[in-house]
Amino acid sequence: MIELSQTEIEHIQHEMTLYEDPGAATIEALKIVQEHRGWVSDEAMEAAAKVVGVTPTQMEAVATFYNLIFRQPVGRHVIMLCDSISCYLVGYEQVRDHLKTTLGIDFGGTTEDGRFTLLPICCLGDCDRGPAMRVGEVYHDQLTPERVDAILAEYP
Amino acid sequence: MAHITIDGREYDVDDTENLLAVALSKGFDLPYFCWHPELHSVGACRQCAVKSYRNDEDEKGMVVMACMTPCSDGGRFEIDDEEAAEMRAQVIEWLMTNHPHDCPVCEEGGECHLQDMTLMTGHTQRRYRGAKRTHTNQDLGPFINHEMNRCIACYRCVRYYRDYADGDDLRALGSHNNVYFGRERDGAFDNEFSGNLVEVCPTGVFTDKTLGAHYNRKWDMQNAPGICTHCSLGCNTSPGSRQGVLKRIQNRFHGEINHYFLCDRGRFGAGFVNRDDRPRQPLVRNADGVLEPRDMDAMRATMEEVLAATTGMIGVGSPRASLEDNYALRNLVGADFFTTGMSAHDQAASLAGKAALEAHAERIATLREVESCDAVLVLGEDVTQTAPRVALSLRQARRNRHLELAAQNKIPKWHARAVRDIGQYNNSPIFSATTQATRLDDIVIEPQRLRPDGIAELGFAIAHALDNTAPAVKQLDDDTQALVDSIAATLKGAKKPLIVAGTSLGDPAIVHAANNAMKALAAANAEARLFVTFAEANSLGLAMMDAPDIEQAFTAIENGTADTLVVMQNCLYERAPKARVDAVVKKAKNVIVMDHSLNRTVGEAATHVLPAGSFAEADGTLVNNEGRAQRFFQVFIPDAPMQEGWRWAADLADVAGRDPEWAGMDDIIDAIVADYPALAGIKDAAPSQSFRKFGMRFPRSPHRYAARTALYANVNVRERRPTVDADSPLSYSMEGYYGEGQPPSTLAFAWSPGWDSNQAAITRFQDEVGGHLKGGDPGTRLITPGTDTAFAPADVTRVDGWQAVPMYHIFGSESQSARAEAIAERMPEPVFRVNAEGAKTLGITPGNDLSLTIDGETHAFPLDVDPSLPDQTIAVPVGMHGVCGVRLPVGVEPK
Ligand code: SF4
Ligand code: SF4
Ligand code: FES
Ligand code: FES
Repeated sequence: MIELSQTEIEHIQHEMTLYEDPGAATIEALKIVQEHRGWVSDEAMEAAAKVVGVTPTQMEAVATFYNLIFRQPVGRHVIMLCDSISCYLVGYEQVRDHLKTTLGIDFGGTTEDGRFTLLPICCLGDCDRGPAMRVGEVYHDQLTPERVDAILAEYP
Repeated sequence: MAHITIDGREYDVDDTENLLAVALSKGFDLPYFCWHPELHSVGACRQCAVKSYRNDEDEKGMVVMACMTPCSDGGRFEIDDEEAAEMRAQVIEWLMTNHPHDCPVCEEGGECHLQDMTLMTGHTQRRYRGAKRTHTNQDLGPFINHEMNRCIACYRCVRYYRDYADGDDLRALGSHNNVYFGRERDGAFDNEFSGNLVEVCPTGVFTDKTLGAHYNRKWDMQNAPGICTHCSLGCNTSPGSRQGVLKRIQNRFHGEINHYFLCDRGRFGAGFVNRDDRPRQPLVRNADGVLEPRDMDAMRATMEEVLAATTGMIGVGSPRASLEDNYALRNLVGADFFTTGMSAHDQAASLAGKAALEAHAERIATLREVESCDAVLVLGEDVTQTAPRVALSLRQARRNRHLELAAQNKIPKWHARAVRDIGQYNNSPIFSATTQATRLDDIVIEPQRLRPDGIAELGFAIAHALDNTAPAVKQLDDDTQALVDSIAATLKGAKKPLIVAGTSLGDPAIVHAANNAMKALAAANAEARLFVTFAEANSLGLAMMDAPDIEQAFTAIENGTADTLVVMQNCLYERAPKARVDAVVKKAKNVIVMDHSLNRTVGEAATHVLPAGSFAEADGTLVNNEGRAQRFFQVFIPDAPMQEGWRWAADLADVAGRDPEWAGMDDIIDAIVADYPALAGIKDAAPSQSFRKFGMRFPRSPHRYAARTALYANVNVRERRPTVDADSPLSYSMEGYYGEGQPPSTLAFAWSPGWDSNQAAITRFQDEVGGHLKGGDPGTRLITPGTDTAFAPADVTRVDGWQAVPMYHIFGSESQSARAEAIAERMPEPVFRVNAEGAKTLGITPGNDLSLTIDGETHAFPLDVDPSLPDQTIAVPVGMHGVCGVRLPVGVEPK
């Protein structure tokens, strides 16, 4: 059993005050833990559940519903490539294949050096400038294999 | 009322119902998954599609979900409609795309709602050839097996477990095609009603692990109408067996008691029947103190000697044995020498409970009625641990406020999701005063923690606040007075207030207080209800037998008026401190015990043991906590010489030259009724052994019961003639009359054409789906109105200083179920509990042993801190996992 850091706990407790039912802060708690730890381990999830006052099962139900709550370790940078219809029409497959070969991983995988994790994501709302992807919090669009190489280089 | 048409037939129906419920009640075969009579509608599975027409002119109609369609006047619906039928078939086809089709190895097979629905929709050819998602299963502990691949994502499990039972550790995990129903990790479900998942899940995801350990199909079971013997509520069960092995306990619908659900103690507690260490032969203790088997002739000769030489017998009956067993013992030893086998304090509390019921004979709540009460006061009882099923009913009671809010907003009561959303945390008020935190606290307003005397005082004070002619208690402090006033006002303002009390704290004053409060309430509100819980399955029945408690038996031996104790299915060590029992046993020349289990009395005290049948091997009548006499029937015939307790007692009477000549249950019941006019109703609890329908008996097994000839072919290749039941109108086979018009008390299992699952098949035996059994819910109420209308004096014995109070646990505190393997696995480690201040005063670090002397006996258990306990109060674990036979509550001097 691990304990969350004081900052995490305070942040979560603050979120809990914003709702009539403190349990509603479950999703925020998961985001806070992930922000501090990169992903949400079983132990961290249980610790967060304790702070929020829900059972680990209740928290797990929320955690596993949202695919951007990571229940497995991820790389330093998480690449989320849009696989929805508009991007599909304008070259998604090429970008996908390029990413996979360059990184040597499939969707869901993490490079051995722990630098990148590759995930598919649905429409990023950037359809007119597809293919699009996110790396961490940053959007990149009008992707081509060449642009992808340049972008990856920006993430050590 | 609404006038509607279904498939061209016209009906006047209840317009507050949905179409699916109505169609099922009217006998239509309309497939469904996510709907359940107790969980109502969410419209999630899309299986119940029907065609609805706007008016007489509408020829096109539209497909709607029957479960989400109100029965409004003039409605015209077609189940038998091509488009709707096609939709139903398509729905099940896609529900089945991920299903592994593993029926041959699936334990649900043969009683599977999914199998039934695929057949009913006509989807018999699989076209999907793609990959199926697979899951890793979880180890869910000793009760339930998990096989997630079979899931069709109907959400019933979560709707039952979370929305109905308020369980927090089963959820839908994941999303879309990967949705997973389980916990965050392996482990037993935390909720005491988890076993119902086995019947609620329409597929083989959740199955009964205790059945799986020695599996056979439903259609190969020999069943009987059973009554749970693990607490006083008398839930109806359907125990299933094959070849003399008890396989499982299933729910048996009773419209006034358990309806669709049991508690886990009841469902998984029957394993004691299959234990190897049960006495199966007559036994005599030899000079070395070892029990030796005797054949019947030798035993008869021994008993002749014993009974000829005895200077006097004294009988110890049992509040967990049937009236018949107890009565036969009374007949053997003589009316003046029969004791109830209850301890003095349990008997006093039980008699107080009986008196309270008599005072409110018209106002006794049935278990199901508890659900309809809109304000509740629980006095003293930690019901989850002592009478578990009512905890589940109380959880429904608090939802009456949800239903009220829904009605105000014109939301139909069956619209589960909307009712839940509008209800949120607006609960009907539930108040409770117990000695320590309980598992119901999440729905209780300001739970009160008091010692038994404080609980009684609170009850008396509430009675006084309700009616100032009720006796008051001493001056209360301002906070308590305010609480008392607010509880009284809430109860007074309720449409149907309920008071729950019981005998488990060993303090009759609590029951008297509840009785007073009830009298005060009832004067103003005829709808007010009382619910009293007792210690054991037949405590109230024994209280009605007008006999002294076990003290008299002990004294008779101690002062030499008797030299022979005759014990019927009881353990002396559960009723009195060990030293006392040891001394009595030592003094007694003979201790003749008729029992089904190797308890301490059989193992250490008995000089002679006669192997009696358990509930599974005997018929009998039990009186539950509402005073309802209910008959249970023999599930299977045990190997001779094991036989019913009452037959042993009759045999002994015969040995003594007084053969009562009871050929069967009818005779002994007549004898009971002749002696106890108050018990006359037991005769009507079930039809007599000679009752027949169209000249036929009622089957114990479904008509597909297989291999009747082959089963015993190793012994003799000729088919055995089924044994003729001399005690009941049931047959030991699949032959007989089954179905419409069968007396509901004889229904050994639920099946009807097209409906194999227990929870769905029963519909065909109900007046309306989820309602009552056709022909009336079984059992007879025995409580007749008493004449006592005066308030009881508010007498409370205050205890100063340290006090030990009992602490019960659903798994462990009841001795029979504690002998079931699955339950034993869930028994908690025994601890003494005190609050933090107490631990400090005692100078004991939590985790270290506290040794406590009660009634001269010293017990040492680790100390655990429970901040909810009142000061100077030690909670003592009562039962097989803790301490047995001590009188609690009691003043103690911990060191
Ligand atoms: S586990 Fe059973 S009840 Fe739960 S969703 Fe799956 S099929 Fe339905
Ligand atoms: S509540 Fe009591 S009678 Fe009902 S199943 Fe549980 S132990 Fe048996
Ligand atoms: S489809 Fe890719 S951003 Fe919308
Ligand atoms: S039963 Fe009606 S939609 Fe599921």
